[in-house]
Amino acid sequence: MKQLLFIVVLLLAGTGNAVAQTSDSTFYTYDSLKTANGEAIFHAICQGCHMPDAKGATGAGTYPALANNPKLASPQYMAAVILFGRHDMPSFAERPADRKNFFRDTMLTDEQIAEVINYVRTHFGNHYTNNITAADVAAMHPQSVATKP
Amino acid sequence: MQGEDSQLSMTRRDLLRLIGLSAGGAAMYAVMNRLGLAAESPYKGAPVLQGAPRGTSVLILGAGLAGMVAAYELRQAGYKVQVLEYNQRPGGRNWTLRGGDTYTELGGFTQHCQFERGLYINPGPWRIPYHHRGLLDYCKKLGIPLESFVQVNYNAYLHSAQAFGGKPQRYRAINADYRGHIAELLAKVTQQGKLEAQVTKEDQALLLDSLRRWGALNDHYAYVAGHSASNRRGYDKEPGGGLSAKPLDSQPLQLHDVLSSRLWSGLADGENYEFQTTLFQPVGGMGRIGEAFGRQLDGVIRYNAKVTAIHQDEHGVTVSYEDARRSGHIQTAHADWCICTIPLSILSQIPMNVSAPMAAAIGAVPYAASVKIGLQFKRRFWEEDEDIYGGVTMTDLPINTISYPSNDFNRKGKGVLLGAYLYGLDAYQFTAMPPEERVRRAVEYGSQIHPQYKQEFENGVAVAWHRAPFTLGCFATWTDELRAKHYDNLCQIDGRIALAGEHASYLPAWQEGAVTSAMDVIARLHQRVVAGGAA
Repeated sequence: MKQLLFIVVLLLAGTGNAVAQTSDSTFYTYDSLKTANGEAIFHAICQGCHMPDAKGATGAGTYPALANNPKLASPQYMAAVILFGRHDMPSFAERPADRKNFFRDTMLTDEQIAEVINYVRTHFGNHYTNNITAADVAAMHPQSVATKP
Repeated sequence: MQGEDSQLSMTRRDLLRLIGLSAGGAAMYAVMNRLGLAAESPYKGAPVLQGAPRGTSVLILGAGLAGMVAAYELRQAGYKVQVLEYNQRPGGRNWTLRGGDTYTELGGFTQHCQFERGLYINPGPWRIPYHHRGLLDYCKKLGIPLESFVQVNYNAYLHSAQAFGGKPQRYRAINADYRGHIAELLAKVTQQGKLEAQVTKEDQALLLDSLRRWGALNDHYAYVAGHSASNRRGYDKEPGGGLSAKPLDSQPLQLHDVLSSRLWSGLADGENYEFQTTLFQPVGGMGRIGEAFGRQLDGVIRYNAKVTAIHQDEHGVTVSYEDARRSGHIQTAHADWCICTIPLSILSQIPMNVSAPMAAAIGAVPYAASVKIGLQFKRRFWEEDEDIYGGVTMTDLPINTISYPSNDFNRKGKGVLLGAYLYGLDAYQFTAMPPEERVRRAVEYGSQIHPQYKQEFENGVAVAWHRAPFTLGCFATWTDELRAKHYDNLCQIDGRIALAGEHASYLPAWQEGAVTSAMDVIARLHQRVVAGGAA
């Protein structure tokens, strides 16, 4: 419902469900976010805090850089942070929609979490070759861990 | 009986007079409360802190509302108070951006606010409910003039890009039609005798009468075009004076169209406790409160001080800090006690030796994303063209909200409105954009509701709270599970350190949460200091 965009807005005004594009980027709804790949997710969400060049930023506190950060050696660590959140960063894991929260949760599939990790680990000067898969991410959900033999 | 009663009230009056004479009005009011003579309220006034040991010092971290309330009260009570603040201004999230202000967010994106003199936007809190008595009390103490904040405006819009061809509908019309149709349906059911089992005959008659009034039904309990409906939803042609003055009734929307539009989802917002009339705003911007506190605490607050470490031992608390503008040179401040109001988003990164449960609480609460955008226009077209004075338009476009200024009504010249108030996924995406793109998009979206935007827009500012260098987020998003696990641990006094702020309250994101958490913490800390003797 929420995707009409600048520049093309005149063409698309009132056409409802179309996902419009601009020269800058796509604007996602909760539904259309499911179609976003790793690169798109980075630019739509992650760069808000970690910055477009992935170098992070520092004020009274710090958003860690995703470029040249030794913690990125572990894709599992990255997956854990995205799944469970860390400090002020919220969790982006898929979970039941009935949780009482202020705002609707933004959720990424395991596939998308794997993709955004792989995107970050191969861009911004990162050259890791060991990709993480959706199955690897799925195995990290608490219920998966609990049911493991 | 009558004699007994009057004797009792004589006794009460005498008692109250005595208390009033010896202990002052506040004490008398407290006793009146206990006797049930004055209205109950959870707010008990600023705590009375008596007997502070001479020379006891308190270091307060953060000059937002929580920190400054604590500093103000503790200083009055005789404590030695020092405040460290990251920004070069007081207020924290209590903040107003005005023409001439410069704001640089994380990532180095700088905005120069171009608003005309007198125009402003409140990037953070922007309204004060009448029951936020703590905050209102400080506004009174600090001499801050208030004016009405308009929340519900029957002539503002409910808008969906999917409904009515994207044409915004007046709140008044949707409200009248939704209620009218529901009243008619319920009246029908009642008249058909389908409520016999639940409602007595007498009550059915009363119910029908009430439905006619509530829903603006006609004498036959129908919601149709006519005087009663027009008197709620408005006229096609307004009544006037003289010849050709006769009004033309408007035609109610069909029930199906109202329901399928989903615009009803925006009807009840103003009925929430926090948004019920009356609401207030400080004249000249919400930031007037922080500015006034800052003047009270002149010389007590050290600005541009970035806290880097907090350490306590049995003798006191030592806080390391550096100049927020040039890192490197570490200085320290020391006090017997510390009240820390630094947002958890930042505090979770600062080394601090507190108990494991408190540390876990500090690291557990994610912060909400939120973006607000102020837009200046050449003229107040919403008033001049559309008769909208204050209040809120709700839309399912990403901008979510347009709010028209609740001040300077009917004035000629330029105006600034709140062009977007985003949260959730929309806020993440706007946060990820450069500020000028946020403004551009707010204008594009908003022009679907107000086509005048294209002609009249001049400039704007956009604040994305996750990029605010002094908060790294908008507010602490507690869930019920997080509260159960961590809230009490967060609010304990840990050795010589105690926390305060909206994050240490059940009023998340509200200034009243910061104020009442500060009042609570200084009362408990004072109790501990007095009980333990001088530090």
